[in-house]
Amino acid sequence: MFRRYGEHCIATFAPDEVRVLRKVATEVVGLLTDGFDHGDPVVDRLFPDIYPTNAEDSAEFRRFTEGDLKTGKIDQAGAILAALPAASGGEVRLDQEAAEAWLRALNDARLAMGVRLDISSDTDLGEELDDAVLSDPSSSRVFQLSVYAYLGYLQESLLTALTE
Amino acid sequence: MAVVGASNCSYDGGVAAPQTTPVQSPDVETVPAIDRPWITVVHDDPVNLMTYVTWVFQKQFGYSHDKAQSLMLDVHNKGRAAVSAGARERMEYDASCLHGYGLWATVEQP
Repeated sequence: MFRRYGEHCIATFAPDEVRVLRKVATEVVGLLTDGFDHGDPVVDRLFPDIYPTNAEDSAEFRRFTEGDLKTGKIDQAGAILAALPAASGGEVRLDQEAAEAWLRALNDARLAMGVRLDISSDTDLGEELDDAVLSDPSSSRVFQLSVYAYLGYLQESLLTALTE
Repeated sequence: MAVVGASNCSYDGGVAAPQTTPVQSPDVETVPAIDRPWITVVHDDPVNLMTYVTWVFQKQFGYSHDKAQSLMLDVHNKGRAAVSAGARERMEYDASCLHGYGLWATVEQP
């Protein structure tokens, strides 16, 4: 988890964590590039209609702004990939700008996973994880829920380190 | 419709706009529609961390921690909150920047 040292937020990542973060950030880039599809509820969540009751104005606005918004999101996911250490693990050292990009990118990744995992305001993550483990400990849902929880802790620790 | 791209949001190194417009409820009965301010509304979301949302309001609008936290709690408890008010183009800019942070923001004229 991240800690603040002077102007930088620093954390040490184990090989498993590097692999998970690389995978998650790469998946976000994928769904913003080749996989970009307005029929995907994840894309709906990352690019919400600005006028929910006026499709025409929303589409018009989207036409002018979506490119920049998409580029920004690809760049921030790229900030994670750029700062990650080699597969064997190691230190991540972020200046303020990189830390902010990480915060936004971690949030995008959590939003995407939240849609896929059907996270709602009633969701108790601990219970969800327990249920998933009981039903099949080797399932992809157990893995996804664990990653989702991990990203939340990581985002919170980076935010604390950045703002303390 | 004039549109300001998200590329000059504060996190892209652009200059944050001065935050001088207080969020308030206009008297809709006496103000002509064209002059009534628009608002940027942020909606509650089950994923975004409360601390993150507070930080985004500070970052994007230059609000104090107390004001940002109070707006975040409004979003959390009431399901939505007006986070800025003013000209339509300005609100579109704000909402687009908030989308960059992953907040669920919309624009409306109350």
